[in-house]
Amino acid sequence: MTGGQAAALAALGAFHGINPGMGWLFAVARGLQERSRAALAASLPAVAAGHAASVAVVAVAVTITGSVVASRTLAIGGGSLLVAFGLWRLLSRRHFRWVGMRLSLWQLAAWSFLMSSVHGAGLMLLPVLAGSQGGHGHAAHQQGSDLGRTLAGATLDGLGATAVHTLAMLAVAGGVAVLVYEVVGLTVLRRVWINLDWVWAIALIGAGATTLLLR
Amino acid sequence: MPLWKPDPTFYPSPRDAAAAPPEKLAYVAAFDRSAQQPDAIAVLDVDPGSSSYGTVVGWTELPYTGDELHHFGWNACSSALCPYAPHPHVERRYLVVPGLRSSRIYIIDTKEEPTRPQIVKVLEAEELAKRAGYSRPHTVHCGPEGLYVSALGGANGRDGPGGVALLDHASFEVLGRWEVNRGPQYFAYDVWWHLTHDVLVTSEWGTPSMIEEGVNGDLLLGRKYGHALHFWDMRRRRHAQRIDLGDQHQMVLELRPAHDPTKTYGFVGVVVNVEDLSSSIWLWHRDEDEGGDDAAWSARKVIEIPAEPAAESDLPPLLQPFGAVPPLVTDIDLSIDDRFLYVSCWGTGELKQYDVSDPHAPREVGSVRIGGITGRTPHPAAPDLALAGGPQMVEVSRDGRRVYVTNSLYGAWDDQFYPDGVGAWMAKLDVDPERGGLELDTRFFPHGDDFRGRRVHQARLQGGDGSSDSYCFP
Repeated sequence: MTGGQAAALAALGAFHGINPGMGWLFAVARGLQERSRAALAASLPAVAAGHAASVAVVAVAVTITGSVVASRTLAIGGGSLLVAFGLWRLLSRRHFRWVGMRLSLWQLAAWSFLMSSVHGAGLMLLPVLAGSQGGHGHAAHQQGSDLGRTLAGATLDGLGATAVHTLAMLAVAGGVAVLVYEVVGLTVLRRVWINLDWVWAIALIGAGATTLLLR
Repeated sequence: MPLWKPDPTFYPSPRDAAAAPPEKLAYVAAFDRSAQQPDAIAVLDVDPGSSSYGTVVGWTELPYTGDELHHFGWNACSSALCPYAPHPHVERRYLVVPGLRSSRIYIIDTKEEPTRPQIVKVLEAEELAKRAGYSRPHTVHCGPEGLYVSALGGANGRDGPGGVALLDHASFEVLGRWEVNRGPQYFAYDVWWHLTHDVLVTSEWGTPSMIEEGVNGDLLLGRKYGHALHFWDMRRRRHAQRIDLGDQHQMVLELRPAHDPTKTYGFVGVVVNVEDLSSSIWLWHRDEDEGGDDAAWSARKVIEIPAEPAAESDLPPLLQPFGAVPPLVTDIDLSIDDRFLYVSCWGTGELKQYDVSDPHAPREVGSVRIGGITGRTPHPAAPDLALAGGPQMVEVSRDGRRVYVTNSLYGAWDDQFYPDGVGAWMAKLDVDPERGGLELDTRFFPHGDDFRGRRVHQARLQGGDGSSDSYCFP
């Protein structure tokens, strides 16, 4: 992972973290409901864990695929997937539906996993990760033990990317949650909660298009 | 089309909503009892600074007759901000308007021209019956993941069980029956919830065949109408607990849970106690200290309003054997700050205001007489006009300073209690939000021909009101 990649992964993590729909608002709500800062604090790692699981699935899939297929194939496949998913997000009027606020921390993590997955959180990392896989495209031609080592390396790459991304997400989500809970108050939502789903969809399409063009 | 910023009428907390600007328009269900003319949504100017204040400024007629418009709700409300399924960039713009007799559901757009709402979709009775197994849709509430519509009857339109249908809040298609397991519940009427506690509450009136021809004296004295409250696990859609208020307490209607999402109590009105014709308000509550989420709900009577003696000659035939006017509490409403409870006594013609800061010990702080079976109290704006009907549907503005009432209960029942004609009127009361106390606004009294021969039922205030929104943050 290059410094540039790490920065990009962290920036995407921050973008996910700041989105009220991705978990910090839920953590604040739980804190307010229990009148307890501890309830807020306990919720954040669960939100981050669910997010990490969702992202890791895609990240590892990308790094492993990248280690066994040509980078060009990965870029075309991944880029097309991103554009398609982004268009669906942009045009669909459906939103994530879930009933219930009294969740255990495990259930909260599951909620976060699903919320991140339907928003294609992991997909967003695809362009960043696909770029790093250009050098490994020969695994298919290598011997068995080397292949095993390559796959293990690719998995570690994927998990490393997930870790960088999730830490940034947790830091930003936690910061915003504490700020809103302690200082600003929720009235701020009415003014600053811009339609991040739109930004998100357009970013997905843009990232997919870029991946396709730069392959 | 989604919005770039949250809909300005969505508020995270009831505290924020109480600071909302005053409403400028009210939408009122108007129906023709004779089913000769189509029912309509009347648009009332409620802006005191406007030259047409207190008059009907818009009128959208339905394409059919005989729907009997009754209650209705918004497609979206503050619950869109709830953190587990947030979608704050939808618009509050469509009224979801059931016909209580026809079982049709109209979707009416108020955005393009707020004083000329347009019907954009009609759900036919067959669709509700086929997909959800229900008829006679009644209450509409906007939930975080769909529209909840209570329905009095089963698919055949005569019998139970009534229940709750779920509608998609984007396409307005009927998604199906909400309940997975209804337990002992058979009667339906109102539905609301403690959203942040994952608890749904329903109440009981009667099946369509028990009400559509009028109140049935044999059924009433036989204590056959609904007399229980039901609590449900909202996530699993399962019946959790039934509370029987006692079978003398006939017809358990409007549910008003506390708006503060950390609270676990609410109020429900009972129309009549067949032992003494009194009406009552009950408090349901769950004490978090005693078992938290797993604690059982309980209910107790916190207000009892006695019947008023009357001469037999002044009474409609239905009441003559009793020699008294029952208060008939048919609607109640709770201010958004959970401080004042408004209680409509449709029989005696009185609107009562209680301070419920301590929900276990309500204190009456205001009362206004208007209409009534024997009182026929006029409105101060027309002191010579004896009024039939009484305060019935009651709606409170978000800031708690204004209260609106309309005078019809339900077509067939109007005719029994006010056999010489219930008429049509709407009134507005100004409230002292600090100390309590009510006063009729003499500038606001649309009545009679203003409503073009229709009777008036629920009013919804533009932007939301005391019974339209749920909040996920305290």
